[in-house]
Amino acid sequence: MIFKHDVVIVGSGLAGLRAAIEVANLADTALVSKVYPTRSHSGAAQGGIGAALGNEEPDSWEWHMYDTVKGGDYLTDQDAAEVLATDAIRAIYELEHLGVPFNRTAEGKIAQRAFGGHTRDFGEAPVKRACYAADRTGRVILDTLYGEALKRGIRVYSEFQLVDLIVENNRVVGVVVYELATGELHVIHARFVMLATGGFGKVFKITSNCHANTGDGVSLVYRAGLPLQDMEFVQFHPTGIYGMGVLISEAARGEGGILRNDEGRRFMEEYAPTIKDLAPRDVVSRAITTEIRNGKGIGGKDFVHLDLTHLGKERITERLSDISSFVRIYLGIDTAEAPVPVSPTCHYMMGGIPTSVDGHVLNENGEVVAGLYAAGECACISVHGANRLGCNSLVDLVVFGRRAGKSIAGDLDQLDWTDLGDNPAGPIGERIDRIKDRTKGEKANDIRKAMQALMTNRCSVFRTENELGEAVRELEDLGRRYEEVIIDNRGSSFNTDLLEALELGSLLSLAEAIAVSAKERKESRGAHFRQDYPDRDDKNWLKHTLIQGGPAGPRITFKPVTITRFQPKARTY
Amino acid sequence: MRLKFKIFRFDPDTGKEPYFKDYTVEAEPSERILDCLNRIKWEQDGTLSYRHSCAHGVCGSDAMKINGTCALACQKLVQDYKDEPEIVLEPLPTFKVLKDLIVDMDPFFEKVKMIRPYLVSSNPPEKERIQSQADRKKFDEAIRCILCACCSASCPVSQENEGFIGPAPLVQAFRRIFDSRDEERQERLEQLDYPDGVWGCVNHFQCTRVCPKEIPVTKSINLMKRELKKTK
Repeated sequence: MIFKHDVVIVGSGLAGLRAAIEVANLADTALVSKVYPTRSHSGAAQGGIGAALGNEEPDSWEWHMYDTVKGGDYLTDQDAAEVLATDAIRAIYELEHLGVPFNRTAEGKIAQRAFGGHTRDFGEAPVKRACYAADRTGRVILDTLYGEALKRGIRVYSEFQLVDLIVENNRVVGVVVYELATGELHVIHARFVMLATGGFGKVFKITSNCHANTGDGVSLVYRAGLPLQDMEFVQFHPTGIYGMGVLISEAARGEGGILRNDEGRRFMEEYAPTIKDLAPRDVVSRAITTEIRNGKGIGGKDFVHLDLTHLGKERITERLSDISSFVRIYLGIDTAEAPVPVSPTCHYMMGGIPTSVDGHVLNENGEVVAGLYAAGECACISVHGANRLGCNSLVDLVVFGRRAGKSIAGDLDQLDWTDLGDNPAGPIGERIDRIKDRTKGEKANDIRKAMQALMTNRCSVFRTENELGEAVRELEDLGRRYEEVIIDNRGSSFNTDLLEALELGSLLSLAEAIAVSAKERKESRGAHFRQDYPDRDDKNWLKHTLIQGGPAGPRITFKPVTITRFQPKARTY
Repeated sequence: MRLKFKIFRFDPDTGKEPYFKDYTVEAEPSERILDCLNRIKWEQDGTLSYRHSCAHGVCGSDAMKINGTCALACQKLVQDYKDEPEIVLEPLPTFKVLKDLIVDMDPFFEKVKMIRPYLVSSNPPEKERIQSQADRKKFDEAIRCILCACCSASCPVSQENEGFIGPAPLVQAFRRIFDSRDEERQERLEQLDYPDGVWGCVNHFQCTRVCPKEIPVTKSINLMKRELKKTK
């Protein structure tokens, strides 16, 4: 079928929902999601959403901006960080007005707590900036914005998966979606397409990400020949449940939790003397990995302990109940009684589709791609630079999701309907048929497992030229194997076998973009640490990476960083 | 350890009646039932369909019936069934089966929509509204709801009467009625004051027993009944 909407937004997490709410009363708007909107991965965000409300102690948006820039190891575009820090305050009040059930202070204001990398007086000491609803902050904001979308009667195509972008004469004019229930391919013809398709942590073996985080939108942009930005910057959250990767919120340390090595020592005192366990995630993940490499993991194994036993049952129940229940269910451990085994887990992609602060997708020359917008984890504004601070993701989603929606609203008179071209669903339809018809080859599972293992082994917290070279070579090999991928299910109803095979294609192209970009950047900055180039090198590398696909393989170019208020200086905590 | 699974299968495309298919899986005791399902699908039988996403009990996608009780496959571990000869997986009862373990969630989300799951409040102040910690605490358990539908699927009343609004939408209503910021508390209560509304619940407590987020569902429904009785 061919559907027609002025605006189609792909992804129903916070960025997509917030954009839809902004534009829905001005134009015919549809949301497309591969899951039911309330299943979106924004809902897994736990600890909080950052804004300098100053409800618990003095705070200022300048400090928030500074922390964001320093947290991003000065790769953050400072115009974007300023927008984030100033607009965050309005955004939190807006969420409260819409009904988000924030925890409260004794005076009934929105409660705030400490979080990694958030400081007062430009790095002096931790500050309470994270607004929270227990440790299910993302979930309650998702539920609230979903309710707002229902109230506005926004059309939602649930369980429709994005499989192609329709580009005609350098303008994006719609999307091709696959309906899970029926196996039908549909075209959604639109004047404006916005991508809010989230991250792609599933390229790694150990990740806090959901199964749906396969980067469908980002990989389609890459395949369309457009650039991706800063793909080498992958955040490893320090505290995933050992062996599983399930997230234990930084709020656990914000509330006073302490990381300990095999000797029981609070090792973060050495790595970040001023803010210790509340250092940014890249710093803490490297510290944990270093402890483990030095044989100081618990019992010599590859994990350390997160100790919450001194916090008391009451505080844990009131503020950390979800993570305590995860630990109880999966490990049989009571967090009030015993420490939790943790190790770094792939959590967040700083890189993605280059966008302006208004959500316009940009090409390699920094020019707007007509008809295409992006916000959220799939986008790279770049507000998080080389490392995102905790609590800056949720606020990014609502601030820049809204701005993308506003931007579309402002452009409504600029772009008229244009032709879809001939048979826009043809190419992806043929690709699907080829996969369904193939009888000899390899199942997606073997290729996926190999990709995830190699990315975790060769492209994670510590990286080297040799390992990255191997990763690129192995990924090329996996790409060839993927050309012969086969599936068991040739049916049309809920053929998740087919969709997982398509998703693997997305993941492989994004893994390549990560590995090639990481190999190119010969310095250490934020989450990208090269053992062979252990220092930050502002002279040669204070610039964003752009990677583009092409017949001769990926091509790297660079673009400058926007620096306004804060000149780069040494980054210590 | 070696585990035997018996899984409900149905494919509308084939026209065949539903049936159970047996699978054997090697799994560690600490692994999730969802891990076993993934292994079956990825290594043995790609035609098996089920929903899943976050895999740690937050998104609510993988609710199903596991050995007779509705639960999330990502929250139940292999060791939870170590004394049982086999693990039987079925789609959520009460719901229409679309394929294998996938059911039609649309009627459920329609009922959630009926209770108007959004705050009704006018004239907000410049900053946040003030809400006391005590007022916030009144609905603290209800905000844990992830709309997985384990409760509604397990409810004996819902199984008999598809008109009953069901426990999950009632928890959603509770969450607004007991939020001091909502201005339509009375209208919301009156909206539920009918036989298939709050009075449909007759205290089987099945919803409370199965809730993966340990929400006191039945108690919440009874608190709404009590509020309604006060006004009569």
